[in-house]
Amino acid sequence: MIWLEFTAPAIDYARLAPFIIVLGAACLGVLVEAFVERTWRHEVQTGLSVIALLGAVVAVIAQWDSYGLADSVAGSGAGLIGFDFGSVMIDGPTQIAWLTLLGFTLLSLLLFAERSVHGGHSAFTSAAAAIPGSRSEAEATSAQLEHAEVFPLALFSLAGMMLLTAGQDLLVMFVALEILSLPLYVLAALARHRRLGSQEAALKYFLLGAAASGMFLFGAALLFAYSGSFDLAGLALAQTAGVGSDWLLIAGLALVAAGLLFKIGAVPFHQWAPDVYQGAPTPVTGFMSVATKVAAVFALLRLFYVGLGPSWWTWRPVFVVAAIATMALGAVVGIVQSDVKRLLAYSSITHAGFILVGVAGAFTAVSLAADGTISHALGSVASITTYLVAYGCATLGCFACVTLVQSQGREATDLAAWSGLGRSKPWFGAVMLISLLSLAGIPLTAGFVGKLTVFVAAWRGGLWWLVLVAIVLSVVAVYVYFRLVAVLFFQPPRPGVEVKTPGPATVVVLALSVLGTLAFGLVPGPLTKLLASVGAFLVP
Amino acid sequence: MTWLTTVLALLPLLGAAACALSKPGAARQVGLVAAGATLGLGAVVAVLWWRGHDLSQSVAWLPALGSSYDLSLDGVGVAMVALTVFLTPLVLVAEWKVAEGGRRWGAKVYSALILAVESCALFVFMTGDVMVFYLFFEAGLIPMYFLIAGWGQNQAQARSAALKFLLFGLAGGLVLLGAVVGTAALSAQATGGEISLNLARLAELDLGGSTLAKVTLVAFFVAFALKAPMVPAHTWLPAAAAQSTPGGAALMVGVLDKLGTFGMIRFCVALFPGESAWATPAVVVLALVSIFYGALAAIGQQNLMRLVAFTSISHFGFMVLGIFALTTPAMTGSIFYMVNHGLSTGALFLLVGYLAHRRGSAEITAFGGVAKLAPVLAGFTLVAGLAGCALPGTSSFVSEFLVMSGTWPRFHIVAGIAAGGTILAALYILWMYQRVMTGTPTDEVVAQVGEIDWRERLAVAPLLIALLGLGFFPRPALAVIEPASQQITAQAGGQALEPVVDLGGND
Repeated sequence: MIWLEFTAPAIDYARLAPFIIVLGAACLGVLVEAFVERTWRHEVQTGLSVIALLGAVVAVIAQWDSYGLADSVAGSGAGLIGFDFGSVMIDGPTQIAWLTLLGFTLLSLLLFAERSVHGGHSAFTSAAAAIPGSRSEAEATSAQLEHAEVFPLALFSLAGMMLLTAGQDLLVMFVALEILSLPLYVLAALARHRRLGSQEAALKYFLLGAAASGMFLFGAALLFAYSGSFDLAGLALAQTAGVGSDWLLIAGLALVAAGLLFKIGAVPFHQWAPDVYQGAPTPVTGFMSVATKVAAVFALLRLFYVGLGPSWWTWRPVFVVAAIATMALGAVVGIVQSDVKRLLAYSSITHAGFILVGVAGAFTAVSLAADGTISHALGSVASITTYLVAYGCATLGCFACVTLVQSQGREATDLAAWSGLGRSKPWFGAVMLISLLSLAGIPLTAGFVGKLTVFVAAWRGGLWWLVLVAIVLSVVAVYVYFRLVAVLFFQPPRPGVEVKTPGPATVVVLALSVLGTLAFGLVPGPLTKLLASVGAFLVP
Repeated sequence: MTWLTTVLALLPLLGAAACALSKPGAARQVGLVAAGATLGLGAVVAVLWWRGHDLSQSVAWLPALGSSYDLSLDGVGVAMVALTVFLTPLVLVAEWKVAEGGRRWGAKVYSALILAVESCALFVFMTGDVMVFYLFFEAGLIPMYFLIAGWGQNQAQARSAALKFLLFGLAGGLVLLGAVVGTAALSAQATGGEISLNLARLAELDLGGSTLAKVTLVAFFVAFALKAPMVPAHTWLPAAAAQSTPGGAALMVGVLDKLGTFGMIRFCVALFPGESAWATPAVVVLALVSIFYGALAAIGQQNLMRLVAFTSISHFGFMVLGIFALTTPAMTGSIFYMVNHGLSTGALFLLVGYLAHRRGSAEITAFGGVAKLAPVLAGFTLVAGLAGCALPGTSSFVSEFLVMSGTWPRFHIVAGIAAGGTILAALYILWMYQRVMTGTPTDEVVAQVGEIDWRERLAVAPLLIALLGLGFFPRPALAVIEPASQQITAQAGGQALEPVVDLGGND
């Protein structure tokens, strides 16, 4: 009998601490549901999540110096240090992705926790299992029941996202993709009002998401058949060596791309986005539209730049076409939307297109000068991260505003209901205006800096004509946002629609998102410098 | 002293914030004080600059793209800054009663928006960085959008005109962004990897010679031709001018649209001389088309605001012609033209505004015989109009003459054809004057149109005095502009002809 030798892997727990904290807090949250008295659950879960997220942020920052992110030391390869765990790589981009994810999840969870704007209860249904409109639902509502599970669900999803951005093994990526998705399907179904729409959205998301996951898994299998390896280094090696059938490679590449493009919401895998964005509870929509996109974009970048880097001539046209189609469809169809959440969904699709311009650009900016110093210009990874930060701030600001506009105790997302709100409530108008200007990419907002850096990276990557196309489509996108601005400021207010006074949690979200949009727009130097110093993905 | 330029550009913005926070009754006064303080500080800055003080300032802004917050002054910048700080307080005085017309937003928002426009314009005229130029070039669109949309006579038309303005502006802005990105890429090629967007640094580099340089130049030109509207990209201007308040229109056409011609000087001619020479034939044809199309369309207009807007399109044609002729006199003339056009068109818009405010309409057919009822108003309009068609004795004549005489040595035929435009200019101004001011007034005109009061005179008189003063004695303005234009022409490899106007001991 042959004994399988098992060597315990050496794990540097400090490096993995942020991920472990989030996953641990999610597990602890499940226990809280089981053991803490109902009246306290909401508060305990909120506190636990916020502490866990802040702890994870501290854990990331504690590792900061060891990556050389603080200063670029000449010759030391700042930003080029990574910690390779075999199937997980923790390098500069991972760290920055984790920070971004943690920050935006924290803001989203504050919206989860908000109760005062919804009349004393959260935005989630009291009894998810009860049939909509049934007596048991009414009983649960009158008993003031709540689903505090939304917090551990979001944390599990976040753990999946963090693993996805660090994964450098196709199977780990697939598992992470599923950890990320499953809690989101549940969360999408939990809206308090319009529950049937919410459940329909969740089912649609689940079915299409399952199909996308299946595609990713099939693609991973084909790539394994091609290279005999699941990890990205082995995959890259096989392409350099030129062994295996090109058809396996191309089919596998197309399928894994499809799986990730679905999560990003890029054409032609975008159909789920408007319905799911509209049906899901607004705080979940905010979380989904920002955090999921950040995670999936980083996974896409790592998979294609590291694992499929040698085949860039094969996949670049794919992303060029997807980028143009996504920008054009999102912008043009966004023009005719009459619902604010759907409009923001198409906005999110448009932005996916602009991000893909950067992905296709594939410009690496770390260059070694003759005197041994490493200069970091803004490469594709850094510029896309800038873009994601800007997009996240503005989008969360918008969705926080969406939760406030109510008519008869429900969110009024119809465009007509928003008439004149910018004039009747100037602070509300200011927040929306700043967020929309940033989404439109108007200068002096973060959105502009994001667009600019992505365009410059793509131009330097040789795709100047794609940049010109993207610029033309930006004008169309601007029209979409200014339609909403015109409704907000130039139409008489509708009776019966009110802007709720935000509770403390929402105030924090609004303030931080606006502050982020303005700060990164007016003083982009520090952020871009930090992101440029992160460097490129590491090949193990 | 270097911070003075920043203070100058920020002062109107602070004034705008003060307006927004002040009581509705006091907002106009606060706005006027802010604009007046800006005028005073602008004068101080101009004097300091003339005496040779270094007023340039540079702070890293987006180092990864080689962009810095950079403010510095040269002759062109000083001339435009002077025009901006001079025009803004007059606009506020002229529009003192803007809140009384039953319009939707009060004087508070109006003053704040006007000051915000001024601030953006000042940043653009003073910056030495391509990116900062772009930022404020775009940012200025937003307050102007609200100025057009918020005060139009007809709400639906005003909103559609404002949206048209915004979309044309953003289209131009995004093409400009493409050009900026192209410049960044070219600078990286020229330096071997390091991006720079600093104008002084870019001027030392050789950016030209490639196809990309041609694409970049065309992008720059298209963006600026949309802004300083040239036919066929002019369609937004008459609509926007007709819908905005006269003061808003004066600021838009007088100052904001100058960013277009200003940009052509700064970027097209100065950074890409070779490519500009390559594009000159096409540009010259476009300029001629603008001169004649604008003049002919102005003759055909029934609305006074649209008429003035079309005359501006014609004038922008002259400016572009002077810039691309690439001789020192033509360049000097163009820059001086930019200032004079701001003065004369500003005055015309304000005067037309007085007429429209009284009569409730800006249609030419609604008037007739105004000169009998309001001789001062008619006299002012005649002076401003004649300045608009470059009558000798007004400063516009000096600039138009310089453009013509500077264009002649390079393009005989073009200069000859362009001279025809001045005849049309006399036609549209005098015919307008005849229909509005002369004849027998109808009963409605008698009932509604009265003489302008002291406040209204105070707002326009300085513009007319400046037009006549610089017409008889243009030396101070030319002394500021001529050295800058010599430098630009030399940088662009143009013909440094002898200055037409002797600058006396200043050489």
